[in-house]
Amino acid sequence: MPANSQQGTQSVSVALVGSGGAGVMTAGTILLDAAAKAGWYGLMTRSVGPQIRGGESAALLRLSTAPVECHGDSFDVLIAVDWQNFTRFAKEVPLSAHSVVLADPAAGAPPAAVADIGLQIVDVPMQELLKKIAGGRPNMLALGLAAMVLGIPEDVVAKVVERRLGKKGGEALDSSLQSVAAGRAAAPGLDGRFALAPAADATAPRWLMSGNQAAGLGALRGGVRFVAAYPITPATEVLEWMAPRLTKLGGALVQAEDELASINMIIGSSFSGVPSLTATSGPGYSLMSESIGLAVAAEVPIVVVNVMRGGPSTGIATKSEQADLNIAVYGLHGDAPHVVVAPTSIGDCAVTSQWAVHLAEKLQTPAIVLSDQFLGQAQAVLSPPLDTGEGPDRLINAAPMASSARYEVTESGVSPMPVPGVAGGQYISESLTHNIRGRPSTLADDHLAQIEKRQRKLSSFDFGARWADIEGDGPIAIISWGSCCAPIREAMSLLNGGGKDLRFIALRLLSPVQPERMAQALRGVERALIIEQSHSGQLYRYLRAHYDLPKDTMCYHRPGPLAFTPGEIRDQIARMQ
Amino acid sequence: MNVEATSALKACAPADYKSDVKPVWCPGCGDYSVLLAMQKAFAELGTPPEKIALITGIGCSSRIASYTTCYGFHGVHGRALALGTGVKIARPDLTVVVAGGDGDGFSIGGNHFMHACRRNPDLTYIVMDNQVYGMTKGQPSPTTDPEWQSALAPGGTGIRPFHPLVIALASGANFVARCFSGDPNGTAQTLVEAIRHPGFSFVQILSPCVTFRPEQKEWRKVVHPAPVEATDDPARAARRIMSDDNFNIGILYRGSRPPYRPKQSETRIAVADLEREFTT
Ligand SMILES: Cc1ncc(C[n+]2csc(CCOP(=O)(O)OP(=O)(O)O)c2C)c(N)n1
Ligand code: SF4
Repeated sequence: MPANSQQGTQSVSVALVGSGGAGVMTAGTILLDAAAKAGWYGLMTRSVGPQIRGGESAALLRLSTAPVECHGDSFDVLIAVDWQNFTRFAKEVPLSAHSVVLADPAAGAPPAAVADIGLQIVDVPMQELLKKIAGGRPNMLALGLAAMVLGIPEDVVAKVVERRLGKKGGEALDSSLQSVAAGRAAAPGLDGRFALAPAADATAPRWLMSGNQAAGLGALRGGVRFVAAYPITPATEVLEWMAPRLTKLGGALVQAEDELASINMIIGSSFSGVPSLTATSGPGYSLMSESIGLAVAAEVPIVVVNVMRGGPSTGIATKSEQADLNIAVYGLHGDAPHVVVAPTSIGDCAVTSQWAVHLAEKLQTPAIVLSDQFLGQAQAVLSPPLDTGEGPDRLINAAPMASSARYEVTESGVSPMPVPGVAGGQYISESLTHNIRGRPSTLADDHLAQIEKRQRKLSSFDFGARWADIEGDGPIAIISWGSCCAPIREAMSLLNGGGKDLRFIALRLLSPVQPERMAQALRGVERALIIEQSHSGQLYRYLRAHYDLPKDTMCYHRPGPLAFTPGEIRDQIARMQ
Repeated sequence: MNVEATSALKACAPADYKSDVKPVWCPGCGDYSVLLAMQKAFAELGTPPEKIALITGIGCSSRIASYTTCYGFHGVHGRALALGTGVKIARPDLTVVVAGGDGDGFSIGGNHFMHACRRNPDLTYIVMDNQVYGMTKGQPSPTTDPEWQSALAPGGTGIRPFHPLVIALASGANFVARCFSGDPNGTAQTLVEAIRHPGFSFVQILSPCVTFRPEQKEWRKVVHPAPVEATDDPARAARRIMSDDNFNIGILYRGSRPPYRPKQSETRIAVADLEREFTT
């Protein structure tokens, strides 16, 4: 039964599972794309095993009549091409007695984890059916099944298959289309239970993108034209997406020998006048720490995107966690004020990284974008993220004079920055404590003046309304960030009265802290619940340290890798009500 | 990336490249002469100081940027080559010179050294090699001989020194030379050639640390010009360097590998054009 959550909103969750070679991810992507064309919104994540290639995999989709960015509490439909290693990721595909399983009896009996639930199992003789099609494809048959069950029109699916698989050539395309048709024909009626109603705004523009692509787009919109890269899951797609596009924009991406090099390359290019970025995950971020501090001290604008994964150490590379908050905020030696921002949704990865470029350039300091694996690697059908129009806006000293000093103490703390090549502007971008001219100094006065100036850049800057997204005005505040935001928003709508006694503060600006804005946002709040995906409650401790929170403030936190679900959060909120 | 600055060319004298910052170096340190050689080289090249980016790491030798009137970056220990590569890629119009010590370049920065040689950006890398960590007061570096006594390695390290010139050749450096700081004119000439040579030019300058390696004052007596002309065959150059006495001075290798340039694209697009790929 499609979940009726937000008023009139319907959603259906479908899991396509099969061992690596079965191509369920391709089928899932086509299904998502077709759903978008038919006017729905949607989300797709994947579960892959530790194997580099092949092995078990699952495409986990949720389609909806309204924007959707998290999975529900259980899947409505599970289509299994085979059951190989299903138990390894069964926890990521929760099923209920209302779920329906479509499986090939030839692939063996469903594992106990599925059979014991007492749900409806429909036999679909997939291998049998495919024998009749030359080069028949099980994943395309599964696609046909899913499309039929969800009510996605035949021509829409065919068009997407043609567009996405067309370049494989005539025969392969034919057999794919025939497999899809066989799937449609074999699909059980199921009383139309899982057919989605048309979305109210079916003709409004939709984009299909991942958070990592969105982060790349936002950075390019913000003016980034140089990227140095060292591959790491789950951030690599930011870099791979940007590489060819930067070239076409007249910029460049360089693969560095390690993260020590990538961070320093972008500091060098930014010093030379080009807005620059790198993207990484925990292990790489740790390596970059010393040089992020260099960019603070030498006042060089840079953007570092950290797509968080499970930690510590190598951790779980392919799964999400929010446990790099401490290192992002506190991980630099010395007093090193810098900016830390976090996207509040998949599409918001674009807005937040564009903002990060703007802030880094404006404040001549590093801006860290803390994204996470869920936001980064999920594919979503969403409303196009806004181009905020913000560009680099660096304060340049275009006509330096003899009296110009690179690290001049100014009211805003920001000092005009000469561009190498311009006569009269020469200075040393200095990692040592320095005076206003960038000359090394160990004098207490110089040290204090420069520390204060760098702090003032952040504390006197007006970050505006974008510091947080605030919804509702009830006396119970929920404060969270990153990929937790979507299940929280949905949980609120699931509660009695649509969560009228709630207010949600989704933080976008983590550092510097905004005590006045938070006080304003918490006016009238009696109790607060902080929700985060870290075992030690990093956000909770951070907020307790810096903000005046209600006495009655609780925290719901646990580590990854499993994402929060709306029901799980609803139960936590209900305990507060 | 189209930041480019223009400035009127005017003749510069070596003194125009010297700042008024007083060096922290010990009296007699070899690095004074490297500074002088650099000033002379820049003047001979006629490149105005604002067109030069002098990028350094951390160490006594890495302080050199402050003592010139060029644009400079005094970064963190060991990462100067990465900084300099970023500068050169972003701003091919600038003359980029990276400089530092043997600890900075071969120990903590060793990986960047190898990869900069391999990548071959059009910049010149100067290592002031004193076979010791000067700034931290006398510890062995990768080029220190195994018997050398120090507080950190009593009885010596017992480890064979690193051979930077051969590593540079094996890694793909496009120009390899050895200089002695006690000969600032000869060093200046080599630097001029190194900077003019396209691609990654590596210049090892033997630069005595009079404080922690006073015996290096004797280098003056043992250095000698390389007995043969530079070769364009890296294998031959490597063989010569491996079998010489480490005091051959001169240009040892000149290669012809094209310098690194990021891919250029014929098609130019605007950021707004990227949005199309996401529409469904
Ligand atoms: C990450 C880091 N580790 C250690 C140091 C301490 N340190 C400063 S300079 C230096 C070595 C300098 O030796 P070298 O590069 O040979 O230069 P020299 O002083 O001899 O010119 C070290 C280890 C540092 N600044 N940063
Ligand atoms: S310690 Fe050695 S290298 Fe450092 S300044 Fe003194 S003489 Fe030069």
